[in-house]
Amino acid sequence: MSAAARPATRQWLITLPSLAWLGVFFVIPAILVIVTAFRPADLQGGVGPGWTLATLREVQDPAYLPILWRTLWLSGATTLICLALALPMTFQMARAGQRLRQVLLLLVVIPFLSNFLIRIFAWKSLLHPEGPLTKLLITLHLIPEDAVLLHHVGTVLLVLVYTQLPFAILPLYAAAEKFDFGLLDAARDLGAGPWRAFAQVFIPGLRRGLISAAVMVFVCCLGQYVIPQMVGGASDEMLGSKIAQRVFSDRNLPHASALAGGLMLAVLVPMLVMVLWQQFGRKEER
Amino acid sequence: MDDFLVIDHVSKSFGAQRAVDDVSLTVAQGEAFSLLGPSGCGKTTLLRMIAGFERPDAGRILVSGQDITALPPERRPVNTVFQNYALFPHLSVWDNVAFGLRMSHRPREEIRSSVDRMLELVRLSEHARKRPAQLSGGQRQRVAIARALVNRPQVLLLDEPLAALDLKLRQHMLMELNTIHEQVGTTFIYVTHDQGEAMSLSDRIAVMNAGKVEQVDSPVHLYETPRSSFVASFIGDANFFTGVAVEFQHEGYVRVLVDGLGSPLVMSHGVIAPNQTLRLMVRPEKISLTLARPSSGERVNAFRGIVEDMVYFGSHTRYRIRAGEHRIQAQLQRSRFSGGEIDPAKGAEVWMSFHPDEGRVVRLEAAA
Repeated sequence: MSAAARPATRQWLITLPSLAWLGVFFVIPAILVIVTAFRPADLQGGVGPGWTLATLREVQDPAYLPILWRTLWLSGATTLICLALALPMTFQMARAGQRLRQVLLLLVVIPFLSNFLIRIFAWKSLLHPEGPLTKLLITLHLIPEDAVLLHHVGTVLLVLVYTQLPFAILPLYAAAEKFDFGLLDAARDLGAGPWRAFAQVFIPGLRRGLISAAVMVFVCCLGQYVIPQMVGGASDEMLGSKIAQRVFSDRNLPHASALAGGLMLAVLVPMLVMVLWQQFGRKEER
Repeated sequence: MDDFLVIDHVSKSFGAQRAVDDVSLTVAQGEAFSLLGPSGCGKTTLLRMIAGFERPDAGRILVSGQDITALPPERRPVNTVFQNYALFPHLSVWDNVAFGLRMSHRPREEIRSSVDRMLELVRLSEHARKRPAQLSGGQRQRVAIARALVNRPQVLLLDEPLAALDLKLRQHMLMELNTIHEQVGTTFIYVTHDQGEAMSLSDRIAVMNAGKVEQVDSPVHLYETPRSSFVASFIGDANFFTGVAVEFQHEGYVRVLVDGLGSPLVMSHGVIAPNQTLRLMVRPEKISLTLARPSSGERVNAFRGIVEDMVYFGSHTRYRIRAGEHRIQAQLQRSRFSGGEIDPAKGAEVWMSFHPDEGRVVRLEAAA
């Protein structure tokens, strides 16, 4: 009995540091955020004494709805586009030779070596009316001369996809590397063309990688506020922009907390449902 | 009928490596045929070319008269049982077996009845809802066979079908494969490096070496009348001697002079020029051991040696006997002690003898 219990105890001990890390830097702050939403704001930008539900009522302002909707669809679209781009990419990477594979992996990671803000700023210069990309496209007559590439919701989407793509590629690649490509031979042998083999065997084989890539990209997108602020227009705000505005301009922490908490619940609840559904589904199978 | 599957002068190179070198074979409909050889002999490449995963550099592959050389795997009347089975882990056993039929858009009713019937054939009906990971090795293999056979292929390719199984299961699946082959009557092509497997599964075997086919024959003929020393040593054990033909006799016998052994008489195959250097082959179990020189007459090939070593295997005893600079392997069963044979001890002087019909002239290989 004790011999069987010991490895379990040891496993707990091993995970203790990371659990402590998660607790101190994630769980407790998350709870603090939610708690703050129920406190009154004070004029100095801090939190006043007592409790109130007034902030929650304020947050139900219908003006937030289009912003929430834009946040969700931008994040969703970014996730789908990133997965669609990452799938063929990781397919080729996993099949490539050892050397090419390492070069490609390095290329995926290289953008991280430069600062996030600088990369966004680079996009801003590229797409600027006087920027090289705009000029090139006008010279090639691919876009009209008066086209404005910046400050558009499409620009926000483009830059979101650009920044999130590595977060889709890396988990997918980790899954694709373990994929048994012999299964594709088997699918071809059984009459599936290359596309059907890809869709019916490769993609299901990467299910776990797909889920983690999707969660990673989607969640990272939800909180974005720098990208819409820098390359988007005035009407391209995301919920993150509003939260930042409440903290930095309005100095209303409870209001910002209520928005952040609401967004957090909006993500966590569907994920929790999905996890439970999967657990339940797996039990059904057995 | 006899040339149902035709491999016509097929070659395939990988870089400078000639994996398959001008191979021609024909396989009859319903035949169980094996490609046998050591790893790297080109048997797997040949199989992959029949399946359509590799394109030959030269030559053609035909199935019942249709040239399939240029067809992609999904359009060939051929299915494969892969070495590691390659079952789809995300699908149930039933859906694995149904995969091929779904790809060819068969009606739902037909798919259901075909899959059920096939699962019954491989006795897996009660496991239909399980995932491959929940099955044992032998069950997984039967799923792989069912998944391939349900498409009614004209040729079923089996890549090392028993290699992943343990010994006991292997013997069981050997019987099972033979039974399934008898029931469905499809042409089976096995690829294996295991001579025992090939012998017990096939009507005919093609022994491959270094990209070429050394010999195509029935198991009995391969064992009894191997044409090259490679075939002789790859299938079973063999003693080899090098000698010079000195005298031709009636009915294809030739007398060959071997240094240090006198002149054993062996049967010849093909045309042999006088004074040609030959390679002779005698199987260990064809050699008799006696204390006294056997009376001439029936057994004319006799020579003396000293027992160097012996190993008892239960069903037989293996002796290593030195005669001059030759080391000869002989194999005896204990029940054969009668009839003047002996149970020699280490260091004993014995007479070895074998009948001329048990000795064979094999092709002399450049490397040998």
